[in-house]
Amino acid sequence: MIGSRFSRNITLGVKTLLLHKMRSVLTMLGMVFGVGAVIAMLAVGEGASKQALDEIKRLGSQNIIINSQKPIEQAASGSQRIRMNIYGLLYDDLERIQQSFDTVVRTVPAKLIRGEGRVGSRTLELRLVGTTPEWFELVEREILAGRVMLDRDMEQSSNIVVLTEHGARKLLAGKSILNAQVRINQGIYKVVGIIKSEATDSGTMQTPDQQIDAYIPLNVAKERFGDITVTRGSGSNTREMVELHQMIVEVDSTKNVESTAAGIERVLSLFHPKKDYRMSVPLALLRQAESTQRTFNIVLGSIAGISLLIGGIGIMNIMLASVTERTREIGIRRAIGARRKQIIGQFLIETVVLSVTGGLIGIGIGLLIPWLITVFAGMPTVVTLWSVMISVVISIGVGVIFGMYPAMRAANLDPIVALRHE
Amino acid sequence: MTQYSGQEFGVGNAEDRVIELNGVWKTYRMGDQDVNALAGVDLQIQRGSFWAISGSSGSGKSTMLNLLGCLDRPTQGKYLLEGQDIASTSDDELSDLRLKHLGFIFQNFNLIPQLTVQENIVLPLFYQGIDPNEANERGQSIAALVGLAERLGHRPTELSGGQQQRVAIARALANNPSVLLADEPTGNLDTATGDSIMELLVELHDQGKTIIMVTHEPEIAAYAQYQLVMRDGNIESITDQTNNEHHAQKSVVQA
Repeated sequence: MIGSRFSRNITLGVKTLLLHKMRSVLTMLGMVFGVGAVIAMLAVGEGASKQALDEIKRLGSQNIIINSQKPIEQAASGSQRIRMNIYGLLYDDLERIQQSFDTVVRTVPAKLIRGEGRVGSRTLELRLVGTTPEWFELVEREILAGRVMLDRDMEQSSNIVVLTEHGARKLLAGKSILNAQVRINQGIYKVVGIIKSEATDSGTMQTPDQQIDAYIPLNVAKERFGDITVTRGSGSNTREMVELHQMIVEVDSTKNVESTAAGIERVLSLFHPKKDYRMSVPLALLRQAESTQRTFNIVLGSIAGISLLIGGIGIMNIMLASVTERTREIGIRRAIGARRKQIIGQFLIETVVLSVTGGLIGIGIGLLIPWLITVFAGMPTVVTLWSVMISVVISIGVGVIFGMYPAMRAANLDPIVALRHE
Repeated sequence: MTQYSGQEFGVGNAEDRVIELNGVWKTYRMGDQDVNALAGVDLQIQRGSFWAISGSSGSGKSTMLNLLGCLDRPTQGKYLLEGQDIASTSDDELSDLRLKHLGFIFQNFNLIPQLTVQENIVLPLFYQGIDPNEANERGQSIAALVGLAERLGHRPTELSGGQQQRVAIARALANNPSVLLADEPTGNLDTATGDSIMELLVELHDQGKTIIMVTHEPEIAAYAQYQLVMRDGNIESITDQTNNEHHAQKSVVQA
């Protein structure tokens, strides 16, 4: 029975609000735009942050990536004739890191060599990645065909290559893929597998893998290419000696990543007085991205709070006017025998109906805007369920909080005075 | 100052009093001066009687009606409604007394404009928490009683003044109250319509309702059994009109 009385109260509230349609709609606008803006902004923020977080996670949150880098002073003098630049990570660094830290699960070395792949008349610029089978455990990518590199490929120094989907399509289009022969620079390699590459051109972070990768065993790369590369420039040749171009270190758990990274930095700095390497810690970037997101959420939350406050004040304002306008009605109801609580209930329900209706329309707009942004601007947006649920709760809350004062004022009117009100 | 008691004019036995006022005072503070709107009123009203209260403005008749209607409490003295002293009641209890025992009829009808006739009539039943279906049935039979069966779906503003007052009377009757309180019920109506409303009240009185009506028009007051005149916050006179020809024609039941 209480339920039916409640539903009749709501019906009555809706009817009363429908008497002044224009006024009710205008009153709701604050809530509509407040809630709509909150959901839309959260969706855009969530979309952007999801994109960033996905990119970072692709790098592996337990990984530390170290790249060889030409030191600045050497780079400046690199234009000199016949000059060998020696820099970068060493095979020994691999051992040192592996043995100095209990928290390091494995280290994956990589030699990165520019090359040209050729199958028949088809050619493709490639990045040869000389690495160990562990690469495929750290940089986990979907295997589309065949297999990845195995320990026996290292032991037997097999001339095998694992291509990316992109490389396979360009080089082997229309041919049987596995066991095909690919010529890369001067060597011939047998294709044993195709993997998917998740490298993207856009984005703030570079993934360890690229679309044009061709993976061969590290010792094969060492044997065939050595450690010296020659780059032909205009009139001069630049020769570089780099043992390892990249090293990926996997740490046992995310909580040890930052301390291990600091330790590796100390160890490396002992052997590399000139800073010829660059460390990147995806987890640190993840943390940074998360803290940026938190800041963003706080700013959004403040904007949301202010717009809902304004929406609430608008509703309160109209309800106060409504109470004054309906003073006689309140007097009549009290004379008939309505208790104060029932008057409060009546006005509170009207405010909540207003704020929730405004909130629901706002949710509709908040769902529409991100969709339009995705369709027309191509930006990723994610509408989260919790932002919608919170909006509903806040709408009710705004109605109750800002409806309470007008309702109390209505209930505390002296019935005798209220009945005499013109 | 002479004290009058309605009891000497009362009907039925002395136990059957709906209302009893004993030395009731109502004092308002105006600036730094106390004004006695009621100054020690004694009055007994028997069940089933029909009273008209009149008096010049400032005589205390409005205060009297508000007090009788449980919209106000006496500053001093005793007011018993259906044997219950209202002096020490809370605001909620006063609301409940009004809801249970009283029905109001106003000069300007005081219907709620956004509700239909039907919804206005059953409003007291809504606050009593009575099942909507049952309330609607009762509302329909009461509407038929006051001659409004055809108008239930209309808004008050679509009705004539007389019809609106009939709706108000139906609403006042919905909770089957002990006492009907009418404040200038014909004040906003033309004479013919006013007379028809008075005939309806007389009819209700004939069916056993206790009616207390405030009016300043002698012709209207003439419909009542007892005419009470107030002056300076007290009862100046009470006139028994039961043998008055105007009244006698209409009132058959009361002896």
